Amino acid sequence: MEALRIESTHKTPRVILDPENGIFEFSGRSIPEDSVGFYTPIFEWLDKYAQQPLARTHVRFDLEYFNTSSSKNILEVLKRLEAIHASGHEVRVTWYYDEDDEDMEETGQDYQALLNLPIELSVKVQS
Amino acid sequence: MSMTYSYYKNMQLNNIIFVYQGEVTADLVSSILQMVENKLEGEGEDRKVKKRVFNVMVECLQNVYHHLDALPPTDPANPIKDKTALLMIGREEKDYYIITGNHVINDRIPDLKSRLDRINRASKEELKQLYQEVLTGTGFSEKGTAGLGMIDIARKSGQRLGYDFHPVNDRYSFFSLEARVSRIADK
Repeated sequence: MEALRIESTHKTPRVILDPENGIFEFSGRSIPEDSVGFYTPIFEWLDKYAQQPLARTHVRFDLEYFNTSSSKNILEVLKRLEAIHASGHEVRVTWYYDEDDEDMEETGQDYQALLNLPIELSVKVQS
Repeated sequence: MSMTYSYYKNMQLNNIIFVYQGEVTADLVSSILQMVENKLEGEGEDRKVKKRVFNVMVECLQNVYHHLDALPPTDPANPIKDKTALLMIGREEKDYYIITGNHVINDRIPDLKSRLDRINRASKEELKQLYQEVLTGTGFSEKGTAGLGMIDIARKSGQRLGYDFHPVNDRYSFFSLEARVSRIADK
């Protein structure tokens, strides 16, 4: 299975879904008007991956901003990961946020509350 | 030309950073966001405040973009619908404010009003719950947005949303919405 790589723009995040090493990444900002259009290929990729996932997958969310229509799509991404996790293939999610960004921390808590998936909240180390 | 100075003075007096009246397109929304973000960056605003203002601005502007009702063409020779709106951002001593104004069909007013009142009555904890309910509940509305925008604006604003419906004719009203973001970073 081929990796899915999408470079970031000022409205959409960088996305790396690499089935070689089992490390997935969403980073940057996600504020497109048409968020369904952006996330659909990601859903399709994950649905394929779910048929033969690795024993361990680590997913890093390192987002600066996202709009509410993206938040629904991110939930859909997480639900697919939850299903993979439930099928006995370990999925770990790390949700990064800036130390002073309690909004992003709270959003991570929202997802924790809604899903049966290990989501670890982690303060980003300032570069 | 004599009006120019009074426009300038008026905008200065009302602490207006940015005002736009005209058609709202996706490209325009992007340009405004970038411009205001650069401005906030340049003025050394607190990072957390800046992020919140930006977030609220994204939701407010995209809300207008997705949900405004276009007015029917007035000139039969020029059958273009009127998709114009007002977008305004200002900075006062204590708050940033984001004001949007757009036409809505009168039939939508009761629903909009009851949603806004419900949001304005909700506590911080209730808003969080409401957000989670809408996030997991119904699918996307026909225009592809999540119906979460106003809840999110209220959560990030931490203040009541101001709104008004100004009657335009028997079919349309002008809906204005004001969201405020405190310049004093809490915690």
